[in-house]
Amino acid sequence: MRSYIARRLFHTLFVLLGVATIAFALLRLSGDPVALIMPLDATDADIARVRTAFGYDRPVLVQYGDFLARAVRGDFGTSIRHQQPALELVLGRMPATVQLMAAALFVALAIALPLGVFSALYPNSPIDRLGVVMALVGQAIPNFFLGIVLILFFSVQWGMLPSSGRGGIEHLVLPALTLGTASAAFINRLLRSSLREVLTTDYVRTARAKGRSRGAIVVHHALRNAAIPVLTVLGLQIVQLVGGAIVTETVFAYPGAGLLLVQSLANRDIPVVQAFVVVIAVVVAVVNLIVDLLYGWVDPRIGTA
Amino acid sequence: MAAPAGGLAKRRRGGRLWRALRANPVSLAALVVLVLIVAAAVAAPQLAPFDPTAQALRLRLKPPSWLPGGAPGHLLGTDALGRDMLSRVLHGARISILVGVLAVAIQTLIGVSIGLLAGFYRGAVDDLFMRLADVQQALPFLVLVVAVAAVVGPSLVNTVLILGLAGWVTYGRIVRGQVLALMQQDFVTASRALGGRDVRIMLRHLLPNLVAPITVVGTLTVSAMILVEASLSFLGLGVPPPTPTWGGMVADGRNYIVNAWWVTVFPGLAIFLTVLAINLVGDWLREALDPTLRGS
Repeated sequence: MRSYIARRLFHTLFVLLGVATIAFALLRLSGDPVALIMPLDATDADIARVRTAFGYDRPVLVQYGDFLARAVRGDFGTSIRHQQPALELVLGRMPATVQLMAAALFVALAIALPLGVFSALYPNSPIDRLGVVMALVGQAIPNFFLGIVLILFFSVQWGMLPSSGRGGIEHLVLPALTLGTASAAFINRLLRSSLREVLTTDYVRTARAKGRSRGAIVVHHALRNAAIPVLTVLGLQIVQLVGGAIVTETVFAYPGAGLLLVQSLANRDIPVVQAFVVVIAVVVAVVNLIVDLLYGWVDPRIGTA
Repeated sequence: MAAPAGGLAKRRRGGRLWRALRANPVSLAALVVLVLIVAAAVAAPQLAPFDPTAQALRLRLKPPSWLPGGAPGHLLGTDALGRDMLSRVLHGARISILVGVLAVAIQTLIGVSIGLLAGFYRGAVDDLFMRLADVQQALPFLVLVVAVAAVVGPSLVNTVLILGLAGWVTYGRIVRGQVLALMQQDFVTASRALGGRDVRIMLRHLLPNLVAPITVVGTLTVSAMILVEASLSFLGLGVPPPTPTWGGMVADGRNYIVNAWWVTVFPGLAIFLTVLAINLVGDWLREALDPTLRGS
């Protein structure tokens, strides 16, 4: 177990180094990094001075090393727009984004679990067919469009829920639905097929022969095994949710890290973008680690070898 | 030797495709819709009743012609600059489909080459590929794409290149996995024993076996790329105006959603229908072509 975690940590460090390299490359791709921070009427002498002051006149490899050394200490520079340390800015917005993602995941599971179980028990029933349609629609509708449609009905027409901002739970309902629908559609179908497979196994037949009720079989015997493939994609789904959060937060003017990213990109506030990219990579790494550890718990056979 | 066998396989594959299509009217409908959408995209300049960028400020935000107050001739109404929505939706199809197809073409080219090499040679090539794949998967696709698009500047060519270059890893993984399995098969060993060179084994024996899974994944990836392109355009980071894009149109329409729903809803529905049709066609291809991918 310990060596497994050690290997995982080493692997994660390598991945984070790769992501930090991408973050560093972003600044170089943007053209002249000095031009980003200088006013348009700056003289050549001014630009040269700033270039030296920020160390942009040094060889790229030296700058890369310097970037990594600072990144390890959590120093991504100062936001050009907000005049605040970039990392602090991103971390300050993360709770809102994590809250949104948690709500979306809750929505996804609250829809997908009962629907998936029911569809597996009663294949080709009306509810199963509804699940098929929902899966097709949920995966084809762009989430920004879904968000706008939800706003049109629930905020504009019926005035039931706020269309933007962050506050009480009512502010989370529409964004969470918007963000969670695609995952709900996907998890529902996956759970259905995996549960149907499990229900044909010998141990389920044995349990049935012993006279256990259908509900008890699902809860005590089948669901835990059917959860394994779901768990596999859950990690990937959470990663997807981060991407979706960028769009969803923009639609609902929800003040999370995703909205900050979009605004920083518009302002070419590269330090914030770099900090965001690295923070997200850390979040993804942690999620994947948790999912891996959960495997061992759900299915002791997998172990951690 | 290989040619007649290939011909037979092809005929059998065609038969399976056709049977699956006849068995499932939904697939057939999706295929018809998709063909119509592609045809509309190709023929947009001829089909569109107006220039999609021509402004008519006196006809701002007019409802579709079949609604009260609608402007005659504007079947889907007009946007905030008086531009004809039908013409814009038709032209938007060109961008979505062009970006989707080209991006997937680039992904396939890179992913198949690298996946083939990694699966065939293993060792250092494989290790390097797997590490690259890990890094690419450490970031949500949209985060990577949005950041790079904003930094290098939005344009049609950049959008295609970014989606193509950022998305090949999926293919690489699938092809690598298939190659690893194929390498255990007797026909590869036989070709080796007969003195077949590496390139020949890869192109004549491995590649033909990869066509089916690549077709299935490729089809489903086109719809995924169309969704990403739409998100990019929605965020103002895709193909820049005045070129009409579906995502850009939805973004424009947002501000008028209360009084002029058609500016948002028609391009949104266009994305939805296109992606839905491609996904259904992809499912049909999967059912018919690739038993190994079934049920996932």
